Amino acid sequence: MTHAQYVFVSYTLTAIVLGGIGLWLWLDRRARLAELKRLEESGVRRRSQDRAGHRA
Amino acid sequence: MMALILRDIRIGVRAGGGMLIGILFFLAVITVVPFGVGPDLKLLARIGPAILWIGALLASLLGLDRLFQADREDGSLDLLIMAGHEHPLALTVFAKCVAHWLTTGLPLVIVSPALGLLMNMEPAAIAATTATLLAGTPAITFIGATGAAIAVALPRGGLLVSVMVLPFVIPVLIFGVMAAYGAVEDPAPFLQPFLLMCALTLFFAALGPLAAGAALKGSSD
Amino acid sequence: MSDTIAPARRFSLTALANPTRFLSYSGKILPWLGGLSAIILIVGLYMSFTAPADYQQGITVRIMYVHVPAAWLSMMGYMVMAVSALGTLIWRHPLADVSIKAAAPIGAAFTFLALATGSLWGKPMWGTWWVWDARLTSVFVLFLMYLGIIALQRAMDDPVKAARPVAILVLVGTVNIPIIKFSVNWWNTLHQPAAVIRMDGPTIDPSMLWPLLVMAVGFTLLFFFMHMVAMRTEIWRRRIASMRRASAREQRGAAKPVLAE
Repeated sequence: MTHAQYVFVSYTLTAIVLGGIGLWLWLDRRARLAELKRLEESGVRRRSQDRAGHRA
Repeated sequence: MMALILRDIRIGVRAGGGMLIGILFFLAVITVVPFGVGPDLKLLARIGPAILWIGALLASLLGLDRLFQADREDGSLDLLIMAGHEHPLALTVFAKCVAHWLTTGLPLVIVSPALGLLMNMEPAAIAATTATLLAGTPAITFIGATGAAIAVALPRGGLLVSVMVLPFVIPVLIFGVMAAYGAVEDPAPFLQPFLLMCALTLFFAALGPLAAGAALKGSSD
Repeated sequence: MSDTIAPARRFSLTALANPTRFLSYSGKILPWLGGLSAIILIVGLYMSFTAPADYQQGITVRIMYVHVPAAWLSMMGYMVMAVSALGTLIWRHPLADVSIKAAAPIGAAFTFLALATGSLWGKPMWGTWWVWDARLTSVFVLFLMYLGIIALQRAMDDPVKAARPVAILVLVGTVNIPIIKFSVNWWNTLHQPAAVIRMDGPTIDPSMLWPLLVMAVGFTLLFFFMHMVAMRTEIWRRRIASMRRASAREQRGAAKPVLAE
């Protein structure tokens, strides 16, 4: 491999790893939000929402 | 505290077979090495101290998960934790570590000279390796107690304990093997790494039970 | 998400201890943080590709602009976890545990990147993918510690119960890092490895220092951006779990009124 290829591979690898973890975070976030929405639609409420009490 | 040590030793010797299994595992690791690297006696003598140390390390890690689990199963762990206001929990953990080392670590140290002969090591190297194992394996037990306490609530904690504890025992391994080589190879010092390893053992003897006690306190509820 | 109720004091950390408030604050900061890190990273990338090549290492010196920030963040990620572990153990800060859990995979990813790019830099420079150099070895051990922490987190189902053991493991690791570092250095000076060109010359030319600093700042912002996103997701995950538990309890309670609280 030429030196330029090593540089290219390192930048690509960095992009892949960071992109991969970014994608994973985004998918996880989307799935959790969808789940939360589904639960709220089906009438499940958090305690703090039907009472005035604070939940830490 | 003495009573606890004696009780644990009695259980360890009688019930576990853990002591025997540890020795057998140690033996198995050492026996496998010549098949892996070939029966070249010179080579075996050169890598002998390192192999003995690695074998002892793996064998001590193997038994660690039983440190608290047996007590947890029969409920005596909760009693020990509740007795925490009488004597500090760290002290109780320390006593359990001592008992555990006496039943699993010490036998490994005792059989290591015989295994050293199998590896064609010089008498000086055997003596040095045994001495370093004697001073170094308690460190593995003490720091391993933290791992065992952290994973005590897990059903299959054994492998996890090994994985978690391994990075922490690297310094012990480094200084132990270094001191063992220092005794036979001329320019390398013996005393310096040996004393550093003793310092590590003392340090872990303080840190390990403290952290393990803190972890156990959280696991009881 | 434990049942400790934080009194609403003016102290900002305590105020942040309320996950709902954290969600609303972080929701406002998040787009700015993400945008800023993207801009700085783009500028940094541009700078690192226009920076002059090193007369000794040629073009491969450009690997430095991703390698060094990644290595730096691998340590900073562990520091974030250590501070959060203190928060869990001393102040019982409900978000501290969320922070550890969110930081561990991100920190591990940066540590992996530091190792991989270092290896890719080592091959053309040293002629080998890996040397058991003191610095490489200690980063490798750090990587193992990250993996151990992640494994422990994954093995425990109940996040509230896992908080304390995980925090203790992180803290014991923090205490051990200097020891490991020291012992590995010692080990390395005795086993003198084959001639290794020291990468860190005493002076670094400003033309290379600036892109490095910009990239480091960009990576750091990216880390905190990802950390914040992961923390928000983790809060939602725990909220979902507690909602499910609550609704299951309610249904059981409706069926058998005796069991209702």
